[in-house]
Amino acid sequence: MDTLNNILEFVGLFFVLLGSIFLFLGALGIYRMPDLYNRLQAGTKASTLGAMSVVLGVGLLQPDWLIKLIVIILFIGISNPLSSHALARASYRQGIRPFFKKKMDDYEKEVESEQKWKVESDKVESGKR
Amino acid sequence: MNIVIYIAIVLISIGSFLAFMRFVKGPTAADRAIALDTLSVIGIAGLVLLGYLFQRYIYIDLALVYAVLGFIGIIVIARYIEKSL
Repeated sequence: MDTLNNILEFVGLFFVLLGSIFLFLGALGIYRMPDLYNRLQAGTKASTLGAMSVVLGVGLLQPDWLIKLIVIILFIGISNPLSSHALARASYRQGIRPFFKKKMDDYEKEVESEQKWKVESDKVESGKR
Repeated sequence: MNIVIYIAIVLISIGSFLAFMRFVKGPTAADRAIALDTLSVIGIAGLVLLGYLFQRYIYIDLALVYAVLGFIGIIVIARYIEKSL
């Protein structure tokens, strides 16, 4: 029983250290990357993995708290990609384009056609009135 | 063994400082929203770690509530930037 606790503590500390390193690297990417989309990717991916790993490590260190910590892990895993997707979509529609030279951008056509459709439908509606 | 927790707290505080610098500098509003998102995730991990360090269970509830409210706030800011709110 004692050796099991020692193994759990060792694995938990390893996860905490790994997660804090990933959180630091994600924040460094937020600070250093040149473009909004690069920042978004570096920040969100690394910080999601880092936060999940830190919380799992604390759950292994303190097994009484494990259930609520697993709820936190699941919520981070669901909510963080959702919020980053919403932010990327919002900033693209606001008119911020990628900084580096792009080879392919299908979403641009979609956004343009949607905006054209919106303008035409507005004209039709104002004509009716 | 406890030194690992202190190293982790130092790394997390340096990371939150870097994200806060981006929050101050960021050229557009979307950059600031991204930095705020990362800050809230770092804050969740830091709250859980501090709860383990102080042996207080209430910090876990605090981290859960902060995760929910931060997610809702980021979604609202994104819809506002998109001008569709």
